[in-house]
This record gives sequence, structure tokens and C-alpha cells, in this order.
Amino acid sequence: MVVKADTVSGSDMANPLRKEVRQLYKNLLYLGREYPQGADYFRERLNSAFMKNKYVTDPKEIRKLVDCGEDVIKELGTMYYLREYSIMKKRFYEEELLGLLNIGRPTD
Amino acid sequence: MSPASVFVCLSLTLLSDYPVIRVKPDNSGVVTDGVKHSMNPFCEIAVEEAVKLKEKKFIKEVVAVSCGPTQVTETIRTALAMGCDRGIHVEVSGKDYEAMGPLQIAKIFAALAKKEEASLVILGKQAIDDDCNQTGQMTAALLDWPQGTFASEVTIDGEKVKVVREIDGGLETIKISMPAVLTADLRLNTPRYATLPNIMKAKKKKIANMKPADLGVDMVSRVEVLRVDEPPTRLAGVKVETVDDLVAKLKANGTI
Repeated sequence: MVVKADTVSGSDMANPLRKEVRQLYKNLLYLGREYPQGADYFRERLNSAFMKNKYVTDPKEIRKLVDCGEDVIKELGTMYYLREYSIMKKRFYEEELLGLLNIGRPTD
Repeated sequence: MSPASVFVCLSLTLLSDYPVIRVKPDNSGVVTDGVKHSMNPFCEIAVEEAVKLKEKKFIKEVVAVSCGPTQVTETIRTALAMGCDRGIHVEVSGKDYEAMGPLQIAKIFAALAKKEEASLVILGKQAIDDDCNQTGQMTAALLDWPQGTFASEVTIDGEKVKVVREIDGGLETIKISMPAVLTADLRLNTPRYATLPNIMKAKKKKIANMKPADLGVDMVSRVEVLRVDEPPTRLAGVKVETVDDLVAKLKANGTI
């Protein structure tokens, strides 16, 4: 999982993006609770990714990184949906799936 | 005249991918204590559809309703985070909750829909814990409203609703007049994930509280669960060397 980010510990009080970055971190943390490999695994990766970019100061760079983070949020949402969808599909639409895989059909 | 309000009726069920569900030792039901609960997946799809209809300006207000103990407010909050305007929590707990089935729920939803003059009631087609697939149909019958069940596509056309239904033979398209009841099937839409900012916003939205008695609904169940058993465990397969062996085993088994 690729994550970027910015200085959470920012000593630079003037940087207006600090609030956005903090919000991004919180949003990602919230989404990570249902991560398949575990919430703790996700949180570790999230923290290290944010720490890696701790000293970035150029606002354009930060903007790029934050946008990257927003993409990750979308990806996670989609992944969770697909997971749910495939469970439902297996449970309720088994016949359709088997049909697609050509299992259980009489061979002519 | 665009329909005023849409009611989305939600159900709280056991988490869909829960690895192990156990039957209670006294065979009276399934162990639900300590098992993670969440909104029924089909209900998520129902909420998404209602919110989509509101975003397309077909309807003015979406109300999320659910019956059950306090846990159920979490489900309503998630629906509010997905875009519903307000919620109604009909409190049912203890013995009443354990005995609560589609008929009681349908009575409650019907009473609410009538009281609040809803134009559309949308539900998930079935709850994944009991697989009843009855609540939507019963609600429509109690209200004497037309129903579009197993909806995989919904379009509002003036005073009517065009519903494409998933049936065994394929797809059936029907046109029903409002007010109506719809039940959502898997392919209706892709439910949005409730992100943290939306959940924060949802905290400001109102959830009204009421009891079934306030709606004049009696919760007495006409159904008694006699017994719940686990499905038989799958036996390991037996390997045979020849066709004769196979026939002999099947004969001994009583299969042929």
C-alpha cells in the first residue's frame, strides 16, 4: 500500500495545509480499521508513510502528497465494496457463478 | 409534483464475512453476543439508491428507519453519513426483539410510512441473517401499495416508478404508481463508503426515538422457533480404485 503525507508534527505553524494533512491522517486511520490484514498493520504502515515525509515543506509537494492520500481513500472504499460484493455474490448467486464457470452444466 | 419523502428501512445483521457462527447449546438460536454487527448489505444498497434519487432531485427528503435495541442507532448513523436527512429509531429490545420477525417489522414500517406520508419505502430485499425476504412484501401488502421487488434499476417517471426486476428467467420491467414499496437487489448500485467527515456531519442530524406502542403495533409473534441446528458437517471423501468398487460402495450405502 502506497501512502504519502506530510508533517504531522509540524513545527511550522504558518503552513495552512497542516489542517488538511491532519484530517487526511484521521480519515485514513478511520478507513484502516477494516483493513483485511488488520487495523494495527494498517496503522503501522500509515504512521511510517507519514513520518517518511515529515520534513517536506514545499506547499506544491504537500498538495501532491495529500491528493495521493485522497486516491488511497477512494481505493480502500472500492476494495471494501468489492469484498462485500463478492461475499454476497458467492452466497446468493452461486448458480450464476457456476454458470459463468461452466460448472454443473450438462455436457452435450 | 416531486415525491416528498422516501423512507429507507434498515436492518442490523451479523457481519457478512464473519468466519464462525455457532448455534446456541440449547438449539434455540444462533449466538449473537460478542459477534460484530453491521448494516445489512442489501439495506446499504437501499440507502444508496434513496440518496442517489435525492441527489438527482427526484425526492426531497430521505428518512432512515430501523427497529431494534440501542445498537441499531449505529446503523441509522451510518445511513445518515451516507446522505440521509434524518433518522427514526423504533425501540424494541429484550424478549420482544428476539421474537421480532418480518411481520412485526412490516407493521411498524407500514404504520410509520402512513403516519409520515412517505411516497416511497425502500428496503433491502432480505436480511442476511434470516434470509426471510418477506418484510418488503408484507409492508406493501399492509399499506396496500404496489411493490417493485428485487430491483436492479429504478427510475422515477412523473408519478410512476419504472422498476427493472431480477427474476429467474432474466429481467422484468414494470411500471408502478407511487406511493410504492421497493426492495433492493445486489446489482442496483454500489453503496458509498461512509467516510469520517461524513460521519462527523451526520452527528448533527436528528434521530427520533419511539416505541412500537406509539404506532399502535402489537409485537406478538405468530411464529415460534422450535429448533435451530447446524448443517451436517461435510464428511471427507472416500477414494475408490475401480468403477466396480464405486458401485459396490454406493450399493452398500443405500444410494443405489
